[in-house]
Amino acid sequence: MTARWRAAALVLPLLIYTVVTFLVPLTTMLVRSFYDPVVAEVLPGVLAALDDWNGSGDPPEPAWEAAATDLRAAAEAGTVGRVASRVGRVDPDLRTVLPGTAFALAEGGLRPARGQTWHDVMVSVDSAWASPDTWRGIKEGGRRFTSRHYLNAVDLTRGPDGSVAARPEDRRIYLPLFWRTLQVSLAVTLLCLVLGYPVAHLIAHASPRKRGILLALVLVPFWTSLLARTTSWIVLLQNQGVINDLLVATGLVADDGRLALVYNMAGTLIAMAHVLLPFMVLSLYSVMNSISPQYMRAAASLGARPWHAFRKVYWPQSLPGVGAGCLMVFILAIGYYITPALVGGSSGQLISNMVAYHMQQSLNWGLAAALGVLMLGGVMLLYVLYDRLTGGRVGIR
Amino acid sequence: MTALKPDLKSGPTTPHVCFEAVSKSYDGKTLVVHSLDLEVARGEFLTLLGPSGSGKTTILMLLAGFEVPSAGVIRVAGKPVQDLPPRKRGIGMVFQNYALFPHMTVRENLEFPLEARSVAAQAREERVARAMDLVRLSGLAGRRPAQLSGGQQQRVAIARALVFEPELVLMDEPLGALDRSLREEMQYEIRSIQRRLGVTMVYVTHDQREAMVMSDRIAVLRGGRIEQIAGPEGLYEEPERVFVANFIGENNRLDAEVTSVEKHLCEVVTGGETIRAIKVADCEVGDTVTLSMRPERVAVNPRDGLYSNETDAIVEDVVFLGGQLRVRMTACGSDQIVAKIPNMLGHGGLLVGDTVRIGWAVADCRALAAEPAHS
Ligand SMILES: Nc1ncnc2c1ncn2[C@@H]1O[C@H](COP(=O)(O)OP(=O)(O)O)[C@@H](O)[C@H]1O
Ligand SMILES: [Mg+2]
Repeated sequence: MTARWRAAALVLPLLIYTVVTFLVPLTTMLVRSFYDPVVAEVLPGVLAALDDWNGSGDPPEPAWEAAATDLRAAAEAGTVGRVASRVGRVDPDLRTVLPGTAFALAEGGLRPARGQTWHDVMVSVDSAWASPDTWRGIKEGGRRFTSRHYLNAVDLTRGPDGSVAARPEDRRIYLPLFWRTLQVSLAVTLLCLVLGYPVAHLIAHASPRKRGILLALVLVPFWTSLLARTTSWIVLLQNQGVINDLLVATGLVADDGRLALVYNMAGTLIAMAHVLLPFMVLSLYSVMNSISPQYMRAAASLGARPWHAFRKVYWPQSLPGVGAGCLMVFILAIGYYITPALVGGSSGQLISNMVAYHMQQSLNWGLAAALGVLMLGGVMLLYVLYDRLTGGRVGIR
Repeated sequence: MTALKPDLKSGPTTPHVCFEAVSKSYDGKTLVVHSLDLEVARGEFLTLLGPSGSGKTTILMLLAGFEVPSAGVIRVAGKPVQDLPPRKRGIGMVFQNYALFPHMTVRENLEFPLEARSVAAQAREERVARAMDLVRLSGLAGRRPAQLSGGQQQRVAIARALVFEPELVLMDEPLGALDRSLREEMQYEIRSIQRRLGVTMVYVTHDQREAMVMSDRIAVLRGGRIEQIAGPEGLYEEPERVFVANFIGENNRLDAEVTSVEKHLCEVVTGGETIRAIKVADCEVGDTVTLSMRPERVAVNPRDGLYSNETDAIVEDVVFLGGQLRVRMTACGSDQIVAKIPNMLGHGGLLVGDTVRIGWAVADCRALAAEPAHS
């Protein structure tokens, strides 16, 4: 029994590390994509009073007083900005209406005069309160549990009556980005496979000494900082860069017709393929290394031409490596962020750049989380599919 | 699998396979095969026998075309094959660990060489069925190699090497991975298939018993050279080298000094005893030779005057072998003199420590060129 506890104690550090650095942030992120209590905590009275309101016509009288009380308190506590930014995502007008009203109430110490109701006070501060839209915005934005971020992440909107509809074509942002990410990832995977397969084959069947050198050539870039590699691509690919200079010098391209190789999709493809190539080569190598050269000899002795032998004997045996390499590169490519951010320009941005944008710039963490969850789900689905197709024989040996 | 047509162009006397002064070095310095001359007749079962590292596999690879000779010419049916890639040599090959394609079923494995030769689908099916029949594997066509026992994999490998009807078949220690009883069964089976099809076989093994059972002729290899090439009986009865005498069967060896030489015979002295022997080595008086005698030719307590070589011996050890007794004795200055005698009632009355008389015929005692003891 003590032995088992001791063994458990050995894995404890890793367990704690994993929980703290991985599970907790991941779960928080997941939760944030559908759960946001901020508005409900700052404006509890209003939301309670709007509970039974069906969204048409004036809200019930208690809501007006509660709104005034809650907003004044929010202005004093300094929380009104956070509420405004959240509710503002539902109805942009509210971004100014809420703070404006809150500060007017707090500073002016406004109360209903004789014969007046809170209704009159609020409308006098901002006529927007007379519109049911304003109240609907608060009610919608105040939900603790919401599908808003997910709808948003796939370019759907919920109309005032609660019905879900697609955004107009020209206002869709995320679906085209998902599509582009998928295309780029596929292209990068294919590029890596085509470039990496012969290299892996060469390494796997070279003499031990040559193999060491070749492996080092693959690993050195692998160990080099990602940032360094990506920025050197900028140097190589830019308009006045090495490659363009070379093309011009050799006369292949006119000086005024230099190729745009960076800050666009081409840059993203080239740099990402380069960064991810070692993963493909190493996956392929690990499988090819275990394919005895005897098989190709046997095929030749049985009368097969080299190409026939490759297609029928070598390729099928290398498939686990192809599968593992493609899966790894594809999954890494889907989530790639730094490289497209640096060399992608605007046309080379991928979905993860959007996640970063919402995390760092717009501070819409809920939407960022929803996008992340969708990506995670997609990748997991892909993995399950791959696992089914290969009968669990993932080629990483 | 039909009997093979004789090759009319090359004529009946041309050897099927012919190595002419073939040498091979992998690193450009050490020769793994030394100026090898070897002929294999059509329909012959030739075995390359030798310890590990003696160059057997290398010779097969040279013949199959996977390695290029550093010097010399290899002919198949009279024609040099240097410039033919392996796939054009039409040689059936069974590899050391079978090299069955793991991702293909047995049928697909057998179809592979036919497909590569663009044999029509129907003929393909027929030939595969016949090959499966030949090695008695019918019913396993749908299995993959991993689902077969070692013996079955072996049969598939043989069937695959034969299915395209090659005239020349090479096998590299094909039975090495099998257990003993299966190995013996397969030895007879491979031999009988080879006879039935009339193919020429070059077979590699390090097991002398296997070589004796299967071969028409055996080439004993050491360090990339042929020590002796002869039929199983010839190798056993008339070894020309100590290495061969030791490698094939059990052997008594005695180092001795030559005291007189006749035309085919010589007289030597060892441990104070004078012994007459067949002169195999090219020796003169004063030279050291190694005597070689088979244990079953050494008689214990023979009738007086039956053998011209006789001496006293002390029994060191008696081992019961079933039909025979293996008696180890000290004689002629060696304590490793072994006699194998028929197992008679009461162990022939032999007890450890007894002094006995032993004798052997001149014809059963061969004086070979002396070799360092370790090899
Ligand atoms: N591909 C190779 N490269 C270098 N040396 C080799 C190669 N194959 C075999 N050798 C060497 O050649 C010698 C003979 O090997 P091999 O023909 O495999 O012997 P065997 O089959 O009788 O065991 C050995 O010393 C071995 O180390
Ligand atoms: Mg070998």
